[in-house]
Amino acid sequence: METKKTSLYKLHQDFNAKFVEFAGYQMPIQYSEGIVEEHKFTRNHSGIFDVSHMGQLFIYGGDELIIDLEKIFPLDLKNLKLNHSKYSFLMDKDAGIQDDLIITKINEGFLIILNAACKDNDFKILKELLNEKYKMVLDENRSLIAIQGPKSSQILNDVIDRVKDLNFMSGNWYLFYNQKIYITRSGYTGEDGFEISIPNNLVDKLTRELIDKGSKLVGLGARDTLRLEAGLCLYGHDLDKDKTPVEANLKWAISKERISKGDFIGSDTIIKQLNNGVTKIRVGIKPEGRVIAREKTKIFNQSDVHIGEITSGTFGPSVNGPVAMGYVENKFSEKNTKVFLEVRGKKHIGSICSLPFYKKSYVKGSN
Amino acid sequence: MSEVKYSKEHEWIKLEGDIATIGITKHATEMLGDIVFAELPEKGSSVEKDGTAGVVESTKAASDVYTPVSGEVLDTNQEIVDDPSKINQDPENNAWFFKLKIKDKSEMDSLMNKEDYDKFAKESNS
Repeated sequence: METKKTSLYKLHQDFNAKFVEFAGYQMPIQYSEGIVEEHKFTRNHSGIFDVSHMGQLFIYGGDELIIDLEKIFPLDLKNLKLNHSKYSFLMDKDAGIQDDLIITKINEGFLIILNAACKDNDFKILKELLNEKYKMVLDENRSLIAIQGPKSSQILNDVIDRVKDLNFMSGNWYLFYNQKIYITRSGYTGEDGFEISIPNNLVDKLTRELIDKGSKLVGLGARDTLRLEAGLCLYGHDLDKDKTPVEANLKWAISKERISKGDFIGSDTIIKQLNNGVTKIRVGIKPEGRVIAREKTKIFNQSDVHIGEITSGTFGPSVNGPVAMGYVENKFSEKNTKVFLEVRGKKHIGSICSLPFYKKSYVKGSN
Repeated sequence: MSEVKYSKEHEWIKLEGDIATIGITKHATEMLGDIVFAELPEKGSSVEKDGTAGVVESTKAASDVYTPVSGEVLDTNQEIVDDPSKINQDPENNAWFFKLKIKDKSEMDSLMNKEDYDKFAKESNS
């Protein structure tokens, strides 16, 4: 199958992007300044990410749709206010995670942002689960960009008036050259920022305007180091079908109200795990020294027993050292537990730590 | 007088007497991106031609560093271990990796000169 290109492909080329194939798309891994500079620029100023490969699924419907979606997602959707967003997951009947996603209540129904590698399968699953009762559009005519970092709010506000008024995890429709764009205050870097759903024919124009105002393009390489420093999961690595939200330490994203009723897909397993505990759990891991423990690195305890595996690991430019997360047996998951990480045949000392590695408070907006 | 040669694995080697200084080429650093970790061989250890003699890592991936000739490791450059970004800044001078007492100077013969290496690097850059 031929790899797809996003509507910003030409712009990426103009800014000397190095491309990689990701989930069937030609995506920029970095631009000329490199991953470390792009990472730091996002933390200190403002970075723009092309995430148009991600799925934008619009599902249209009213109260009945809410009832049906609550059978699928462990969310209190009845009380989700218009233009508010929640992080959630699509689970199988054993609570294995098939995708993680952001769902936003819009006027006509819901907008769900899906991972690129999962979106077609998610669409199929949801269509079946909803018995084809509702109009569903996995919109290929819209692009998605994120603008992240402390200067982003001012920069975006200079182009799109009043966008500063948005609160974290909420959104609204705005006009750009008389076309409707949907902006949410959200992101995946641990920084204040926005995600913008925009028609393909306008995305190049908007992105260039944001660059003119002082933001810079940032590739998938820095997106990975930023999200890992922020302790955020990457599907296919930190999350997959063999892991449940409880094991992934994401129980905060499951509505307590919904657990008490236990009437969503995977709820039996979730309730059992919440009551009886889990055998493995996702933790942060800080290697001592500079050695990078990457995905699939084996984790041992002090008695040299294999207790788990790294699922994401890299060098964190803002932490200025290696950072990792992975799954360990629950009894070794206590903060500050010493662990040993096997890298190139040698065991390197590290410790279990709390996430995120890098913390900045999200801006709540002005109201 | 000193002689600088290049390997297909993108190392450079400078021979002065029977002491060889080895590092990675500018082309290698451009392919790797920002280097954030370097591991060097132990002083006093012996390394064999084309064997692994270190590791460099970018944020994305780890890559082995090979030695283009055999010998005994006399010295290693702690500066690049402490600050690996120096490798990107000055790969073919100050950011050398290790010095060897070379075992067999004839091993230098199969290596490329600058002109051949530049051509090789350009062709492999696809």
